[in-house]
Amino acid sequence: MKLYELAHSRTGDKGNISIISVIPFNKNDYSKLKTQLTPECIKEHMSFCVKGDVIRYECDNLPALNFVLYDALGGGVTQSLNLDRHGKSLSFYLLELEID
Amino acid sequence: MENKTIRIGSGAGYGGDRIEPALDLLSQANLDYIIFECLAERTIALANQEKKINPNKGYNPLSLYRFEMILDQYKQKPFNTKIITNMGAANPIALAQEVKQMIHDRGLNLKVAAIIGDDIFDLLDLNLNTIETKEPLSLYKNQLISANAYIGINGVVEALKQGADIIIGGRLADPSLALAPLVYEFGWKMDDYDYLARGTCAGHLLECAAQVCGGYFYDGVYKEVPNLENLGFPYADISSTGDIIISKLESSGGIVNEMTVKEQLLYEIMDPSNYFTPDVIMDISKAYIKEIGHNRVQVSNVYGKAQNEYYKVSCGITDGYMVESEISYGGHHCTVRAQKAIDILSYRLCDLDSPIQYDLIGLNSLYKTPIERTNLKEVRVRVACKTNSNDEAQRIANEVEALYTNGPAGGGGVRKHIQPIVSILSVLVNRDILKEEVIIL
Repeated sequence: MKLYELAHSRTGDKGNISIISVIPFNKNDYSKLKTQLTPECIKEHMSFCVKGDVIRYECDNLPALNFVLYDALGGGVTQSLNLDRHGKSLSFYLLELEID
Repeated sequence: MENKTIRIGSGAGYGGDRIEPALDLLSQANLDYIIFECLAERTIALANQEKKINPNKGYNPLSLYRFEMILDQYKQKPFNTKIITNMGAANPIALAQEVKQMIHDRGLNLKVAAIIGDDIFDLLDLNLNTIETKEPLSLYKNQLISANAYIGINGVVEALKQGADIIIGGRLADPSLALAPLVYEFGWKMDDYDYLARGTCAGHLLECAAQVCGGYFYDGVYKEVPNLENLGFPYADISSTGDIIISKLESSGGIVNEMTVKEQLLYEIMDPSNYFTPDVIMDISKAYIKEIGHNRVQVSNVYGKAQNEYYKVSCGITDGYMVESEISYGGHHCTVRAQKAIDILSYRLCDLDSPIQYDLIGLNSLYKTPIERTNLKEVRVRVACKTNSNDEAQRIANEVEALYTNGPAGGGGVRKHIQPIVSILSVLVNRDILKEEVIIL
């Protein structure tokens, strides 16, 4: 199943860093997401843009996961040659992830 | 005071935002305050460039229009709402003077304050290392055009104490626009860290305007937004202990629910336990979000810690040119012809030192997945390059245009776009070098 069937997401940016939230529609799916959406898994899935580390923050009460992707925006909004310099569309790529 | 709540509306989420939702809030929402957040990192550097050319400019280009609409409405039906904004950008005093004139022209009596002191260009220590490149600022000495510190609530609180109705600042940090009136109204102290963090959280949720009430949310299938074409802006009711309720007018389009608030709560936050502002460090890692009514969402369990002794300063530097040029191909074998166009450009531009990026819009421009020759009916070639030479930028754009008569069949819709780049480098400066001032007009 695709991640977008279980969760929603929004992307923000800070310089050359992309910040992507993953929020389950149903709280009961949070533990499944926590188990499967490891930083390594996200780094591999987003490897076309992430050159640096991927750090995962957990907000158990919301519940939600927050991924910080370093060196992910081709230099950031003022340097990037990308069409989407802010990387705003990256959330919808992340949601394409296949999960069990 | 126990039961007092303050209602703060959001009038703009970025420099170019719509004005109508702000006017609706002003006439219908019984706001105590409305905030207009209109600056991005780069905007203030561009505004400084503008001010160098004309010392009377350098404020948000839409601000005169916005204030005219607001004051016209006020004249028709006065509202008891104070306005706080960073629309002053590089020149808060000039904008404050313009607004004062508008007030005078309409026969109104409102006090305007300008907050200055964030511009520290003349005080900047060039030996400081930048956060982005870890190199001293002096390396960029000849490119430097501006240096503005992210300042917090102090000036705004002082202006409120002096009775200002309209407060215009420059690089005021986004959430500080909302925190300042709460500190003023509730008498929160600068070491009431939890309260400061909750006020900051309210500001954070409001600062992007529609993004918390249905903007940037509709996903085509799971996340519905009613009446998106009449999307309104949000407001927050904040109690003296920092309890936050986010809401919107029933008459406006959009939606406030747990999902919209969660998305915006985490928006542009790196570590949810440590969100730095000039006023406080906010911790939302344990936050609860609860729908307590139709389009009413409560945010609780936000905590704070003391901020550090530094201000973050955004320095603008001139940084060459960005050229982007595009051409489209349609019909049978369009991706083959588009790829041929890219091959031709790569060959003709191979002597350039600056890296050139080629995209096929419709295929791999957002996500660089490998090119597959699918059954697309149209595809658009995009060429982008950052170069130090305007001539080189022109040459790239012209080569794309030349594909009309020199490239594959059926190419159309060429666009050429060349823009000087202003980049941002950040440094941390000690707080004591900076002096905020309030000027009442």
